Amino acid sequence: MSALLEVDDLRVTFPTRTGLIEAVRGVSFSLGRERLGIVGESGSGKSQTGRAIMGVTPPQAEVTAKTLAFDGIDLLAASPRERRALRGKRIAMILQDPKYSLDPVMSIGRQIVETLRTHEKVSKAEARDRALAMLEAVQIRDPARVFDLHPHEVSGGMGQRAMIAMMLIAGPEMMIADEPTSALDVTVQLDVLGILDRLVSERGMGLIFISHDLRLVSSFCDRVIVMYAGKVVEQLKASELGRAQHPYTRGLLNCMPKIGADRHPLPVLDRKPEWAA
Amino acid sequence: MTAALSVDRLEVVFDRFRALKGVSIEVKSGESFGLVGESGSGKSTLLRAIAGLAPAASGTITVNGKTLGARRDKAFYREVQMVFQDPYGSLHPRQTVDRLLQEPLAIHGFADGEKRIQRALDEVGLGTGFRFRYSHQLSGGQRQRVAIARALILEPSILLLDEPTSALDASVQAEVLNLLEEIRRRRKLTFLMVSHDLAIITHICERLMVMQNGEAVENLAADDLVERRVTKDYTRNLLRASEGFVRA
Repeated sequence: MSALLEVDDLRVTFPTRTGLIEAVRGVSFSLGRERLGIVGESGSGKSQTGRAIMGVTPPQAEVTAKTLAFDGIDLLAASPRERRALRGKRIAMILQDPKYSLDPVMSIGRQIVETLRTHEKVSKAEARDRALAMLEAVQIRDPARVFDLHPHEVSGGMGQRAMIAMMLIAGPEMMIADEPTSALDVTVQLDVLGILDRLVSERGMGLIFISHDLRLVSSFCDRVIVMYAGKVVEQLKASELGRAQHPYTRGLLNCMPKIGADRHPLPVLDRKPEWAA
Repeated sequence: MTAALSVDRLEVVFDRFRALKGVSIEVKSGESFGLVGESGSGKSTLLRAIAGLAPAASGTITVNGKTLGARRDKAFYREVQMVFQDPYGSLHPRQTVDRLLQEPLAIHGFADGEKRIQRALDEVGLGTGFRFRYSHQLSGGQRQRVAIARALILEPSILLLDEPTSALDASVQAEVLNLLEEIRRRRKLTFLMVSHDLAIITHICERLMVMQNGEAVENLAADDLVERRVTKDYTRNLLRASEGFVRA
């Protein structure tokens, strides 16, 4: 089976007043129709990796790679028009906070319909029907009501469901989810993950799940990539996280308080300069 | 047993919305008490009402035997200090750490500011090298340490903690939690801590209250939670959710 996404030696460089900053420094991985988690702390380059694949890196930054190919299409050589055709249609992205990533002056339904009509030639009535069906698929109880609401009128969990609906309506083959549940309450978090899990496996999509929460990712994904200072320090199966080799991965797992584990003080991460080398 | 902090049937109403519906808690001196619940449960409102940042419609708040009025006096703020959730928003962007720490000292008329600032910075593990920096020159963990130093500089006996680590990375969170525990042990402080994370609450607190929709759901000891001795479904749901995603 050929990989859906092939990333080899991806680098993202930002020019700053004090010189070039490499946010991503040589990341390589491939993605099939599976759930891949990318975990790391703030500044580890996990989000910039996702953004580079999606093609939404800020214009001043430079993206280079030996290979960055989606389904055989060289993303770095593709024209802006070709990338635009991919974005939303075949590659979709869910962002962290629905409060900021949905258009505040447009009703939820119109936003979903807009996405669909950008990518497919469908009549207004059909687009509306499909948007309503999609809202139902993300377990929104009263789709017809939510369709006409604006983002500020719904809760965070509902907004995130609407965003998932919007991203899935064009039937993408790959989805990048950048901290999709970090802004949500723990109980709502699980509902949203459940919806995401079902839709991804039903439709056979590839999913890149970016998060800072190692425990959450390991319970949700098939495979996990751990990033530190712009590099991949470890790649492993989620089920084998307990047997992680790298001291950073182990430290990250270890320093979280657990219910029932009586550890005072908590072990802290002893960062070694050679990890970033 | 003397209660350091007791809240009796407190109501907080914003316009017509009842954010707190008659909540009572009692925190003993030297104890660490946790408030858990999802957003909108009123846990932060309870903390803010104690600090005088949210208006109490009815009910009483008693701190070290003194019942508080609508206005807090200066003596109250020497006893009770608060650490906020977001270290990016709670420090003045145009003041140096030194200036930030001098403010409470000036308000309360302390003369030995120099010594206190040095001691406060040492205590939170920053050292005097950070004294003349601006908050944008600090990392999230360092900022939260400054916020803790600012709360400690008046030597309060009660610390109100509103999700003090939820904006921080896991490794930095461990450092800040360790710092808070150490300070509490050394200074025999009373903590009232809000968090949505059950694991953090059971780590720091001896007793806790689960809240939902502005009401108390259940009062528990941290050990009860560890042993899964919970009686309410809502608490059980929270516990299950904290264990991560389980594929249906």
